[in-house]
Amino acid sequence: MNPAVNESDSILNQYSFEVEGGNFNAAGTVSTRIKSLLKQNGLSDDVVRKSAIVSYEAEINIVSYARKGTINLIVTSHAVVIEVVDEGPGIPNIELAMEQGYSTANQQIREMGFGAGMGLHNIKSYSDKFDISSEVDKGTFLKMIIARNNSKKD
Amino acid sequence: MDIATVAKELNLRLVSGSDRMKNNVTGGYTGDLLSDVMANSHGGDIWITRQVHQNIVAVATLKDHAGIILVNSCEPAKDTLEKAVQENVPILISNLTAFETTGKIYNLLNAANNR
Repeated sequence: MNPAVNESDSILNQYSFEVEGGNFNAAGTVSTRIKSLLKQNGLSDDVVRKSAIVSYEAEINIVSYARKGTINLIVTSHAVVIEVVDEGPGIPNIELAMEQGYSTANQQIREMGFGAGMGLHNIKSYSDKFDISSEVDKGTFLKMIIARNNSKKD
Repeated sequence: MDIATVAKELNLRLVSGSDRMKNNVTGGYTGDLLSDVMANSHGGDIWITRQVHQNIVAVATLKDHAGIILVNSCEPAKDTLEKAVQENVPILISNLTAFETTGKIYNLLNAANNR
């Protein structure tokens, strides 16, 4: 965990995106948009790279499992914050879902190369701070914080 | 080494991104699991895969891959091709298996680095 990440940091920019569940044709468009917005915001390559991975996995999870979801992107003076709220089946056992290789994906999802049970694990490992909560039959909430390093470009 | 050289050496057929042939190939990654490719490939890699659906374009764009090589003479799906043209992502087709394609590119890049 990075002590530089502080919720009271001043917000520089804020964006919100809707993601449609089940629409694999559009999967990845929100994360592609997030990546280019972060570049425009002048964030370092490393922060952009981590944010792209994290938002892509979160977006794919909404498309794969939820009815719909919202991804909020917040750029603060010290961090990139990505919040994901979905309306869907929720996760009954978060600990199990976090395990690498555990997946409830159906055959169709797996054939496309998704559902390898790596998504939440990737999200956690590329975030400096990661929170997850879920309610069965309601939905799942994720919050990821990626610290801005103090490189020149940042 | 640019994509044009890789394409020539492996006899690859280009189907999109023709104006990106100068993209520098700094490494490669082979895989069909998108989360694995997202987590472990690098910018500048050429991505070797058997997946042909349109989500490969998003992954290559997000990871700044130099291009995508489809193996076993597989053609991209129609919407994949449209998206690749739109996003200007080079897709090339190899007649070889993933194993052979990877091995040849590995040797090519190593030889270029040791020159």
